[in-house]
Amino acid sequence: MNLEPLVLSFRLAAIVSLLLLAIGLPVAYWLAFAKWRGKFLIEAVVALPLVLPPTVLGFYALVALGPRGLLGRMWESVFGHALAFTFGGLVIASIFYSFPFAVQPLVAAFESLDRRLLDASAVLGAGRARTFLRVIVPLAWPGIVTALVLSFAHTLGEFGVVLMVGGNLPGITRTVSIDIYDRVQALDYSAARAMSFVLLAISFAVLCVVYGVNRRVWRPWPVK
Amino acid sequence: MLAVSIRKAFGSATTNAAPFALDVSAEFPAGVTVLFGPSGAGKSTVLDCIAGLQQPDSGSIRLGDQILFDGERRRSLRTAERKIAYVFQTLALFPHLTVEENVAYGLYALSREEQTLQVQRLLTAFRVDELRARKPAQISGGEKQRVALARSLVTQPRALLLDEPLTGLDAGLKSAIMEDLLAWNEANRIPIVYVTHTHEEVLALGERVVGLEAGRVVQTGTPQEVLGMPRTRLLADAAGYENFLEATVVERRHEDGVMRVALRSGPMELEVPLAEAEPGERVGIAIRAGDILVATEEPRGLSARNVLEGRIVLMESRGYLVELEIEAGTQIVAHVTPGAVRSLGLERGKQIWMVIKTHSCHLVKI
Repeated sequence: MNLEPLVLSFRLAAIVSLLLLAIGLPVAYWLAFAKWRGKFLIEAVVALPLVLPPTVLGFYALVALGPRGLLGRMWESVFGHALAFTFGGLVIASIFYSFPFAVQPLVAAFESLDRRLLDASAVLGAGRARTFLRVIVPLAWPGIVTALVLSFAHTLGEFGVVLMVGGNLPGITRTVSIDIYDRVQALDYSAARAMSFVLLAISFAVLCVVYGVNRRVWRPWPVK
Repeated sequence: MLAVSIRKAFGSATTNAAPFALDVSAEFPAGVTVLFGPSGAGKSTVLDCIAGLQQPDSGSIRLGDQILFDGERRRSLRTAERKIAYVFQTLALFPHLTVEENVAYGLYALSREEQTLQVQRLLTAFRVDELRARKPAQISGGEKQRVALARSLVTQPRALLLDEPLTGLDAGLKSAIMEDLLAWNEANRIPIVYVTHTHEEVLALGERVVGLEAGRVVQTGTPQEVLGMPRTRLLADAAGYENFLEATVVERRHEDGVMRVALRSGPMELEVPLAEAEPGERVGIAIRAGDILVATEEPRGLSARNVLEGRIVLMESRGYLVELEIEAGTQIVAHVTPGAVRSLGLERGKQIWMVIKTHSCHLVKI
């Protein structure tokens, strides 16, 4: 079995989920605690990748990352090469694609915190940073794990966006789902079967971690 | 001295609740001041504004010579910088930290040794030393309250806000914690604002009482003044007056210091202490159920001026007392002891006379 696409997918998912956590924490903090009437707009934008076909997202990402797109031009002026069809481009597109999977569990976890605990922290002299590190993060920990794991799993399985933005360059943008697709196209069913099973097993294990760690955050069905 | 003069409007545009306006001016000197009033009077909002957790629309809040909030200059000190301790009704102990870590939370600026010393001092003062390694979920309600007090006071605050911190505790535990709090207060005289709606706590703790109703200060005075002569209907209810009768002033007798009022429910009249009310004016009369004497024969030769005839319609045993509901043109509640019930042979349907002293009738604005 050729492990290169699997390793590539893992590298992509790991980088993307860590970056998403760094970006998602402040965004989720703002969404959970800010009082602003226009907040629903941001919430809608954050949730957009949930309903948008990956090809549509991939198309816009391709345009934006391409040599004429804003992101692409900025990238090129800094790094001297184009962004589309590179691993870097794949990371950026994946961040958009998996954004709601990182942000929504965090928002849910922050919103379920008892506000009086945050008040208590402020009354005891703690600034926002200290309250965040000493109270919010420890108490929202299951939500943070869920965000990390879900964005990892979602990025691992992405297909449409990668196809649009990354193409199919072995070792650079050829991720595991693209590889499976290729094998099937080439009628190499045994390789596709093996790789599919690995992905299935990983996805199942990931969800076991999510639901094992947390009984409340992010369930597709209501809890009694 | 903590001086508060704030206004804050809560609109009905965003919520379905009725619009509510807070307009409070009050001073809280060192020592315990009880902020007393019925639920929904705005007591917790006042505390939140003092702590900086909510912003008033206008006005000012001063603590000593420091300005915490100045509505005119739109200046407001951040909560973390106000050095005001606040014990919430829910206590809000950090569930992921031990008792010791909870108490040390506000001391992060101090050195390790200093922290240990201060935490030890407060854990001992509030008798929770042996619980230091436990989490809040592993201690009892009374212990939580003690830990919450210790956590607030360890920071050596310049004022202390307590929002019904003893709710849900039995009387014995309550008075034990109150004693520890009063002992601490003796040693560290700072303004303490104690919010409650139960009159037992007002009597046990307060040096002064500020009566709050519908967002406004309606009365200030000693606990005896506010509980003994509540000025409004809701304060009377909160102060534990079981009887509230509506009446009209008939006659003022300055020379006797009394006036006569006619009950609106029937032809009966009562003699009540003289107050600022003109003949023809409607007033409320609040009477404690325990201040009513019950006789089975019409009493004569009494100094008490008010004798009302009635009939027992309901009797209910409540621990050490028996509550009588008496029909006398209006329903009146009287408390007697189980012994009195036996020796007088009180029962449903029995005709009785109620004797009420003039000064047991408290005039209340309506």
